[in-house]
Amino acid sequence: MRGMSVRKELPIQARRTSVPGDGSWAAAMKEQSPALAVEGVTKCYNGVVAVKGLTFTVQPGELMVLVGPSGCGKTTVLRLIAGLEHPDEGRVILAGQCVSEGKSVVPPEHRRVSLMFQDYALFPHLTVAENVAFGLKRWPRARREERVREMLEMVSLSHLATRYPHELSGGEQQRVALARALAPNPRLLLLDEPFSNLDITLRVQMREEIRDLLKALHITALFVTHDQEEALFMGDRLAVLHRGRLEQIGPPEEIYHRPATRFVATFFGPTSFIRATVTPNGLHTELGFLPQRMSASVGSEVDVLIRPDDVELVPDEKGTARVVKRRFLGMHHLYDVLLPSGRTLSGMSRHVHAYPVGMRVRVVLRPGHELRWFPVDGK
Amino acid sequence: MTARRSWIRYHEVRLRGFLPDGWTFGALVVAVLVMLPLMVVVVQALLSPAPEVWQHLWRTRLPDMLANTVVLLVGVGSGALLLGTGLAWLVTAYRFPGQRVFSWALVLPLAIPAYVLAYVFMVIFDTAGPVQYLLRLWLEGNVSLPPIRSRGGAILVMVLALYPYVYLLARAAFHEHATGTFHVARVLGASRTEAFFRVVLPMARPSLVAGLSLVLMEVLTEVGAVRFLNVPTLSDGIFRLWYDMVNREAAIRLAGLLLLFTFGGLVLERGLRGPRSYMQHTAVGYGIPQVPLSGMRKWAATLLCVLVLGAAFVLPVIQLLWWTGQTLGQQEIGLLLPIYWRYVRNTWFLATLAAVSAVGLAILLAYGVRLSRTSLTPLLARSVALGYAVPGAVLGLGVLLTLSWVDHRLNVVSRAVMGVSLGLLLTGSFVGLTYAYVVRFMAVAYGGVEASLEKVSAAMEDAARSLGSTRGRVLLDVHLPLIRAGTVTAALMVFVDVVKELPVTLMLRPFGYETLALWVWQEVSESLWENASFPALVIVITGLIPVIITNRLAHIGKISRNNADRRG
Amino acid sequence: MQALLGIRILPVVAAVVLVILAACAPVTPVITPETTGPTGEEAAEAMTGEDAAVVYIYSSRHYGQMEAAFVEFSRETGIEVRFSFGKDAALRERLKAEGEFTPADVLFTVDGGNLWLAAQEGLLQPVASPVLQKNIPEAWRDPNNRWFAFSLRVRTIAYNPERVTPDELSTYEALADPRWEGRLCMRPSTNVYTQSLVASLIHQYGYEKAREIVAGWARNTKEFIDSDTRILETIAAGGCDVGIANHYYLARLVVKNPDFPVKLFWANQVGEGPEGRGVHANFSGAGITRYARNVESARRLLEWLSTSRGMALFAAGNFEYPVNPEVEVHEILKPWGNFKVDTTPVEIYSELQDDAIRLMDEVGYQ
Repeated sequence: MRGMSVRKELPIQARRTSVPGDGSWAAAMKEQSPALAVEGVTKCYNGVVAVKGLTFTVQPGELMVLVGPSGCGKTTVLRLIAGLEHPDEGRVILAGQCVSEGKSVVPPEHRRVSLMFQDYALFPHLTVAENVAFGLKRWPRARREERVREMLEMVSLSHLATRYPHELSGGEQQRVALARALAPNPRLLLLDEPFSNLDITLRVQMREEIRDLLKALHITALFVTHDQEEALFMGDRLAVLHRGRLEQIGPPEEIYHRPATRFVATFFGPTSFIRATVTPNGLHTELGFLPQRMSASVGSEVDVLIRPDDVELVPDEKGTARVVKRRFLGMHHLYDVLLPSGRTLSGMSRHVHAYPVGMRVRVVLRPGHELRWFPVDGK
Repeated sequence: MTARRSWIRYHEVRLRGFLPDGWTFGALVVAVLVMLPLMVVVVQALLSPAPEVWQHLWRTRLPDMLANTVVLLVGVGSGALLLGTGLAWLVTAYRFPGQRVFSWALVLPLAIPAYVLAYVFMVIFDTAGPVQYLLRLWLEGNVSLPPIRSRGGAILVMVLALYPYVYLLARAAFHEHATGTFHVARVLGASRTEAFFRVVLPMARPSLVAGLSLVLMEVLTEVGAVRFLNVPTLSDGIFRLWYDMVNREAAIRLAGLLLLFTFGGLVLERGLRGPRSYMQHTAVGYGIPQVPLSGMRKWAATLLCVLVLGAAFVLPVIQLLWWTGQTLGQQEIGLLLPIYWRYVRNTWFLATLAAVSAVGLAILLAYGVRLSRTSLTPLLARSVALGYAVPGAVLGLGVLLTLSWVDHRLNVVSRAVMGVSLGLLLTGSFVGLTYAYVVRFMAVAYGGVEASLEKVSAAMEDAARSLGSTRGRVLLDVHLPLIRAGTVTAALMVFVDVVKELPVTLMLRPFGYETLALWVWQEVSESLWENASFPALVIVITGLIPVIITNRLAHIGKISRNNADRRG
Repeated sequence: MQALLGIRILPVVAAVVLVILAACAPVTPVITPETTGPTGEEAAEAMTGEDAAVVYIYSSRHYGQMEAAFVEFSRETGIEVRFSFGKDAALRERLKAEGEFTPADVLFTVDGGNLWLAAQEGLLQPVASPVLQKNIPEAWRDPNNRWFAFSLRVRTIAYNPERVTPDELSTYEALADPRWEGRLCMRPSTNVYTQSLVASLIHQYGYEKAREIVAGWARNTKEFIDSDTRILETIAAGGCDVGIANHYYLARLVVKNPDFPVKLFWANQVGEGPEGRGVHANFSGAGITRYARNVESARRLLEWLSTSRGMALFAAGNFEYPVNPEVEVHEILKPWGNFKVDTTPVEIYSELQDDAIRLMDEVGYQ
C-alpha cells in the first residue's frame, strides 16, 4: 500500500480553481455563512419518521461526523443534503443558497455537492481517468485533463490512469472515488460509511490518509458512520443521531466526556451507571465519596456515568465486588464486576493482569475528572 | 450578473417542483399505451351486454370450443409439467450415457413453434402418412394408430413443443437448490426419491408454476396447431368469426371470454406459486449430488431422452430439411428465390422494428419506474406484462379496435380541415403491427432490461448526479453502457418471438405483406407441405438463437460461480 | 435539465418516426414478368396512373407464387401486372377503406360470393366489352357486367376404385345412406367449402331435409380432415373409401403421380329436380374496381383472359375448368370427361352460411 503524498501548495491551488458559474455573490455569501445549514428538516417514508426536526451547521473547512446506530437516519440526512431526497419540512442551505425548501428543490446536479459511497460506486465501464473526469464534462478540455492529472497525483494513482476499476484493489478504488468526488471542486463532500468495505488494517490507514488530505485541502466534509471509534477519530465535531433526532453535537472530547444523554453515553463504549446521593460537597456512592460540585438539589438521587477507565480493580480477598465476566481485548481485559448493590460495573486491567471469574476485588474510583451524572428517571 | 442567474435558476427549479416529473410521466404514458388495447376488449366485450350475440355463439360452436380449450389446458399443462419436471430431475440428479448432452439438448424443441410441429406430425402420423403406410405394409392388417387429428393428438404435439418451458425453469431450480437442505433431508432419513418429493419439489414450486403458466399461455394463444389438428379452441374461434364469417360482434364477445380465462389463470398462478420466501435468492447452490444409474435403468433413461428429443426435435427438423431439399430442386426455383428472400427480409425488418421499439420503451419504462416516487408506477410496470399472458387473437382484436377508433377520429379531423379522407393510416400498417408486437412482448423486453438495470447500484446513479449529470445524462452515460448486454439479449428474445408469432401477425399484417410465419400458415392451409418447409426451417433456425443464449448464460453462470467458489 | 434531454431526444424520435413512415409506404409485393424485385418507387409510379402499361391487381388466388397466364399476358401486351395478395374478405375491406385512393385496378377472388358482395357494395364498375359478352356465358357473369367468371372449381365425390364402383355413387345426398357408415372422409364444419355445400343443400331441400342428410354424413364419417389433399391421400391409403374434395387437388396429386389410386365421380348428374342439379361449383373471377386508374389496361387484361388462349392458360394454372365450354381443358382433366354444373348463384351460399354452420352444429358434424 502506497501512502498519499499531500502537496503543501495544493490547498491554495484548489481554492483558486473555482468552477465557472459560481458567482461572486455566492462567494461573498460563503464568507459570512456556514458552508452548510440544515434547518428543522423532517423526512418520512410511508409514515415512518426517518429524520425529525434536524438542525445543525457545518463551518467552511470543517469535518463534521454524523454518527449513530444503523437505521438512525444518517444516510437519509446525507441524501437530503445531496438533493437525492426531498425534505418534507425544513430547509437545506448550502453556502447561503437555499437548495431545499418544501417542494422547490435544486436538483443534485446543480448543488456542487460530491458523494462518496461505501461501495465507491465507480463506473465499471470507464477507466480510472474517465471516472475522475466524469464530473468535469463542462470544463475546457485542457483544464479538465490537467485537473484529472492533478487529482490522480494527489491520491498517488497516476500510474493506474488507464486501468478499469475491477483491476484495482479496494484501497485504490477508494482513492479513485475520492479523486472523482473532489475533482469538480465541490462546496461540500459527503462521505457515506466510506471505509466499511475495507479490512481493519486498511481501514485505519485510509482514515488517517483521508483525514489528512481533507484537512490539508481545507475541504468541508460531512462524514457518516456507525463506528464510534471512527467518529471520534475523524470528526472536528460530531453530531449524534438517534431515531432520526439529534442527541448531541460537539467536539469528540466533549461528546465522550460530557454526553448530553444516556444514549450518547452508552453509544460510545462500555458504560456503567451507579446510583449516588447528592451531598453539598459531592456525591455519595457505594464505591465511596466523590468530591464534585453539583447543581442537583442536595439529598436527591442521581445516576453517575462511569467508564471502565474511571475505575481501578484491585484484587482483595475482602473486596466487596466479584468478577463475573472477563473479556480479553488484546491491549487490556474488560470485566463485568458485581457490586454489593446487585449492579454490574465495567472495569478493566492491563493485559498483563488477568483476574479470573469469581475473584474478589476492591473497586477504586479514580476518575481524575468530573463525572457526568443524570437524574434517576431522566434521560 | 451571476447572482441574478442563480436567482433565476432557483425560481425555475421552484416552479418545476410543482410539475409532474417528466420520467414518471413518460413511464405512465408507455404503461397506458400498452394497457389500452386490453382495456378496449374488456370494455367492448364484457361491459356491453349483448344476449343475442351470446345466444348465437352458444348455439353454434361455443360449447365445443370451450370444451376443447379446457381439455387442452388440462392435458397439455399436466403433460408438460410431468415431462418437463421429470426430465429436469433425471438430468440433474442422475448420471447416464449422454446425460451431459441431453441436459442442454432437451431445450432444443423450444426452437420449433407448435404450429410447425403440428403440421409435420400430422403429415407423418395420420392415416395417409408414411408411418401408418409402413405399419400396414409390414403387418398387412388393417392396423391404424389413434387419429392424430384429435384432442389427444393436439395434446401430444403441444406437450412435445412446450415442455421445455417447464424443463428449463425446473432444471435451473434444481441446479440452484442448496445442497445443504437436500443433505439434511437425507440425514433425517429420507431416500433420494423421498427427498425429491418432500424437499426439492416443494422448494422448486414457484419455478414450476412459472413454467406451467408459460405453457398455458401458449396453449391459449395457439391458433396454428389447433387449426391443423382440427381441435377448434376459443382463439381459433375468434379468427374464424373475425375473418371467415366477418361476425365482429361475436368475435369481440369471444375475445372477452378468453380474456376471462387469462385473468382466472393469472389469479390461480398467484395462488399456486406459494409464498415468495420459498425462493432461494441467496442460495449458494451447488446442485444436487449426482448418482450414476446402473444396468437397465441407465439405458432406460437414455432411451427416454432419445425418444423425447427425437420426436420433438430431430424428426421434425429432418422432415423439414427433406422437404426443403425437394422445394429447392424445383424448376422454377430461380424465379422463386428472390420472392423467398423478400419474405425473409420482411420478417427480419418487422422483428427488428418491434424489438428496437419494445426495448426502447422498456428502458424508458424501467428507468421511469426506478426514478419515480409514486407507488402507482411499479404497479403499472407489472401490469404491462399482461400483454404476454393475453392470447394473441384477443390482443390483435384489441389493437384493431383501438387503432380503427383512432383512424376514424383522424379522418373526421382531416375531412373537416382538409376536406379529404386519409383512409386507414394505422390499422393494417406497420405502426399497428409493431404496436401490437410491443404490447405482446413488452414483458420480455421489460424483464430483460429491468433485470440488468437492477444490477446497477443506486449509489452509482447518485454519484453521477452529484457530479453534475442530469437524469437523462445518467441514463446515457452510466446506465446504457452498463445494461448494454442485457438490453441486446432482451431485444434478441423479442426478435425471435416476433419471427415465430402467428395470431397477431395474421390479424394485423400490413395488406399484402408476407412474413415467414404467414407463409407457413398459407402453404399449410393449401396443403402444400413441401412449400411450407423452407420458411418453417428458417423460423426454427432463428428460434435456436435464444436457446443457445440461454445455454450460454447458464454456462457463464456456472463459470462465474466456480470462480467465486475458488476465490471464496 | 429535462428541456435539455428533450432537445437531445427529439432527433431520435424524429428519425424513428421517419423510419416508420417510410415503412408504411406501400411495399406490397409486386410480380412483374421481367423483374421480380419490386421497389417502393415502382409501386409509387404505378399509383400515379400515368403509365398506362401497368395493371394493379388485388388477388386472393394464392396458388404458388406466379401464374403463367399473367406472365404470358405481360409478354404479349407489354402491360405489366402487379399483385397484392390477401383473403377475399380482407381485400373487400381494403377496397372499402381505401376508397378513391386505392391503387387496385382489378379485384380477383377465388369465391364468387365475395365478388358478388363487392359488386353489391359498389366497389366494382361496369365494363362495356363485347369481347367479354361474347366469350363468357351468361350464367358466369354479372347481369350488370361488373364481374366475370373465368374458371370453375368443382367440389365433388372422390373414391377409391379398389373398394367402390362408380355405380354405387350418385349424389352428395346419397352419402348419408347407412351403407357408407365409417367409410367417409369429410372436411370439418369450420371449412368454408363444407359450409357452402351444406348451404346448397338447405337451398335445394329446405332446412329440415338438409339436416337429415348432414346428420347422415356425420354418422358415416370416419375422420374429419381439414385438407382436401389429405382427404384424397387418405382415400388412396385405404383410410376411407369415399370423400368430398375439390377436383384440382386430385389433379395436383395426379401430376405428381399418374398412378394415384383415387377417382372422381361427378355428383348429381342424372334425375329430376335437386337430384340432377349438377356438381357443386364455385368460380374464380374478377371485376374492375370503381376507382381504377388504368381502366384501359384492366379491360385488356380481362378480355385477354376471356379469349380461348388466355382462359385455357388461366384455368390450367390451377387445373380449373374454363367457364367457356369451348375452351380446351388441361391435359390432366381431359380423361375425367364432361359434367353438368349446378348454376345456382353462389351468393345464395353466402347468405345461408350462418344457417349451415348452425345446422352442422345441431347434428354433431364436427
